[in-house]
Amino acid sequence: MNASPKIRSAWSWWYLLFVVQFIGVLWPPFYNKVEPTWLGVPFFYWYQMLWVIIAAVCNAVVYVVTEKS
Amino acid sequence: MQGVNWVALTIFVLLFGFITWLGFAAARWRKGDLELLHEWGLGGRRFGTVITWFLVGGDLYTAYTFVAVPALAFGAGALAFFAVPYTIVMYPILFLVFPRLWYVCNKHGYITAGDFVRGRFGNRWLALAITITGIVATMPYIALQLVGIQVVLGAMGISGTGLMADLPLLIAFAILAAFTYSSGLRAPASIAIVKDILIYITAFAAVIVIPMQLGGFGKIFAAVTADKLLLAPPGANTTGAYSAYATLALGSALALFLYPHSMTGILSASSGRAIRKNAALLPGYTFMLGLLALIGFFAIAAGIKGLPEFAAGFKQFGNNFAVPALMLHSFPAWFVGVAFAAIGIGALVPAAIMSIAAANLYTRNIHREFINKNPTNKQEAQMAKWVSLIVKVGALAFILFVPTQFAIQLQLLGGIWIIQTLPAVMLGAYTRWFNSWALLIGWAIGTYAGTTMAISAQLKPTYPLAFGGHIYPGYTAFYTLLLNLVVAVVLTLVFNAMKARAPAADATAAADYHA
Repeated sequence: MNASPKIRSAWSWWYLLFVVQFIGVLWPPFYNKVEPTWLGVPFFYWYQMLWVIIAAVCNAVVYVVTEKS
Repeated sequence: MQGVNWVALTIFVLLFGFITWLGFAAARWRKGDLELLHEWGLGGRRFGTVITWFLVGGDLYTAYTFVAVPALAFGAGALAFFAVPYTIVMYPILFLVFPRLWYVCNKHGYITAGDFVRGRFGNRWLALAITITGIVATMPYIALQLVGIQVVLGAMGISGTGLMADLPLLIAFAILAAFTYSSGLRAPASIAIVKDILIYITAFAAVIVIPMQLGGFGKIFAAVTADKLLLAPPGANTTGAYSAYATLALGSALALFLYPHSMTGILSASSGRAIRKNAALLPGYTFMLGLLALIGFFAIAAGIKGLPEFAAGFKQFGNNFAVPALMLHSFPAWFVGVAFAAIGIGALVPAAIMSIAAANLYTRNIHREFINKNPTNKQEAQMAKWVSLIVKVGALAFILFVPTQFAIQLQLLGGIWIIQTLPAVMLGAYTRWFNSWALLIGWAIGTYAGTTMAISAQLKPTYPLAFGGHIYPGYTAFYTLLLNLVVAVVLTLVFNAMKARAPAADATAAADYHA
């Protein structure tokens, strides 16, 4: 238990970056289509793969800002 | 089936030999007293951010996943891609809930979800329900890992009759059992590093080389029929494939971290901070899983199913043969050996962690709670080592004597069962507002309803819920979790109003949940 001594139970507005992910990937009407394709890959697939990267960045941002405050 | 592929088999055996040595050598890695249960069963809680990344990644993204997700894409198309949103939304859950659980478990020496629930709610029967659910849900999951090994062994042309047919699997299992017994969680943690590197190499090679052979992604997706390319748009009065897709993703994400092997992997981290960092780093595996799902489409475009040399394999293993067949078709033999070793070793890592997790549960929450209340530390660790062997023999018997389809169906039911522990474990990490008997009754009703719904839906994962003239097809686990929560909330209010009895003491304090 040599981690930081901060109390970190409080709500942070940065957690909204988590909510955004749920909306972005759990609502299929947003992305259940072929066009626009990218390098021949239908939208359905590259959109969700793009969200993997966006989600990782969101989580990294939340980590950094909540760790600092 | 064609003859034995000696080049691939040689590479496979060499890599297997290497990880066998590594598994035994791991006992001396970050040395601890393996006669203590938290050293054997949690690696002494000493794994930093990087090792946790490999361990939890190798633990959650199992060999079976790597075979079954592309197989589902191959057979059912777009629906299989729910694995991507599923493994996106699970990380906010990891970030928020599991550091709290880590701190409280570290503070009180808890090593299982059952330990935590016992301490938090002071109800041994609720803890027993959590424990039994965990063990029962884990057993078919271990068995399914063996399917991954079976498929790649079959694809390398290893066949036989009677005992000879099962011999390679028995050898792989004996190795797994021996190094788990001697090294505990350190063995899968060290092997996971090798396995994950092999899997990443395989996935990226496949995604670069195979589309070049097939003439690009445009041609690949052109070969996929329209009904498989996208989700079917819902008709009138139903939310159709949309609600099925979203609830499968969300329900699976909620269920995954409740599995004992997830808990074991996460609790072995060295700090809550290592867990939070991993919420940003583990999506690397999600990206790879998405790439692997696309391999199912590559297999369609390559016309794998029509090739005569693979007919026997498809007959024996069904669509699970699609990925190994495509590897054989597209790669030189030596690289096939690497790819198959990745899948085979990839089965051993989660199987080892699962058996350790089940052993921890039995030892702590059944044996110590109900049979021998005051074991010495050494007795406790020894008991867990034996139980890990028994669990693995059980899984092996399962896969040898029971049809594979049955293991798959049980694993599906396992997801429905394990999610019923969410209110006690995940919400319990935040509040003990719930009455423990209300949680137990909610668990029982959720489990019963989920099982009967799944059976009435012919053991398909989704259930067509009819409500107000509309049909909402959705993941049975998700629907029954909602039912469970409603029961737990209502009964807590009722019990509180009745002032039935003073709640048992909470062994944890609010400050225990933070750094």
